[in-house]
Amino acid sequence: MSVVSRGFRGRRRDADADPARVPPGQFVTHDFPVLSAGTTPHTPLDKWTFSIENGGVRRTWTWKEFSALPTESVTVDIHCVTRWSKLDTTWEGVSVDTLLDEVEQDAGYVLAFCDGGYTTNLPLEDVTGGKAWVVYTYEGEPLDPEHGGPARLLVPHLYFWKSAKWVRGLRLLDEDEPGFWETYGYHMYGDPWREQRYTGD
Amino acid sequence: MAGATLHGRLTWRVATVKAVVDETPRVRTLELEVPGWPGHVAGQHVDVRLTAEDGYRAERAYSLGSAPGEPPVITVERLEDGEVSPYLTREVRPGDAFEVRGPIGGYFVWRADDGGPLFLAAGGSGVVPMRAILRHRRNSMSMVKVRLLYSSRTIEDVIYREELDGEEVVHTLTRAQPPGWTGYARRVDTDLLREVAWSVGEGPLAFVCGPTSFVESVAAGLVELGYAPRRIKTERFGTTGR
Repeated sequence: MSVVSRGFRGRRRDADADPARVPPGQFVTHDFPVLSAGTTPHTPLDKWTFSIENGGVRRTWTWKEFSALPTESVTVDIHCVTRWSKLDTTWEGVSVDTLLDEVEQDAGYVLAFCDGGYTTNLPLEDVTGGKAWVVYTYEGEPLDPEHGGPARLLVPHLYFWKSAKWVRGLRLLDEDEPGFWETYGYHMYGDPWREQRYTGD
Repeated sequence: MAGATLHGRLTWRVATVKAVVDETPRVRTLELEVPGWPGHVAGQHVDVRLTAEDGYRAERAYSLGSAPGEPPVITVERLEDGEVSPYLTREVRPGDAFEVRGPIGGYFVWRADDGGPLFLAAGGSGVVPMRAILRHRRNSMSMVKVRLLYSSRTIEDVIYREELDGEEVVHTLTRAQPPGWTGYARRVDTDLLREVAWSVGEGPLAFVCGPTSFVESVAAGLVELGYAPRRIKTERFGTTGR
């Protein structure tokens, strides 16, 4: 079912963007909008840690240890569920593969947890195999707190709420369990190419 | 808690414009009739989808400005370089139709049972979900104390001006003030919040909505005053696409 809106033509303002890179329902922005549900946390680096929780076992890195891990620089397109997409964003950080190499595990899912209590859930196979990073620079500069600094998850093939800001660790799980927005009706998986914005999409 | 959670698929419904109200030179309210509308909670938003004759579509999200139990209302600020907002604020007239789906969002919401006291802070069109909260409070005869801090550029930019006269509102006009203005005339900072926001001892619940810079400074100021971060709910906008 569809209704034509009288007099609406649209601006088709993304004509310069490669349509093959813009998922359905998205528009290209050149800003970097900020979306978060609460206050912006400011955790000092000497108090910051990153942990992988695996059952009762926890592997933890201090900021010093974490920032000494090998990094990768990636240039990717990102897609926010609120409909903006941003092309060719460049980030640097640690591949989740590098972190998981240090633990013995056979989990099916992860729950990313963050300062401020935010969480988001992902299948393990979506954060392994060179698909996800914990990044701490954006366009060559330290990641701004508004955008998730000191470090955020980057999972560019899913809607950007999965790329949790202020990430402090990953909890390995056997069963999928909804995170923050997923509890409020957003999609458990969030593939922008299938427009999985909300539950049931 | 998850009462606003979406269960099952959100379907697109036809929305017919029943009335338009010009709030300011750049802002227009659209009262909608949506058969099958499932109802909403104060603070939620809705997705709007416009379809051109050749099938081209554009979608955007807008906060709902009406209380639970009332028909859905959206209030749209025109962004001159926008794609959807110029249509909704200039072209649309009563009888026109487009599609909506929702309501969406279960976090930035207030129900009378959630209590307070409520401190609402709005920048520009960030006042839209606050209107839903204020109306819900009145309609439900809630005794919860509420105060709205509302930042606008000029007096002409104040949305819902008459309706807000009946509420406890503290205005600040950041760009220009009318002759004889005795209210605040600056951007919101921690000192201003200290004067206006409920004291921490009252256990206030804060809602903050507006442009990113506004939300960041208000939320940080409230934390500085001792507000618990978990009692500060925020909604930011700042994209070029609305």
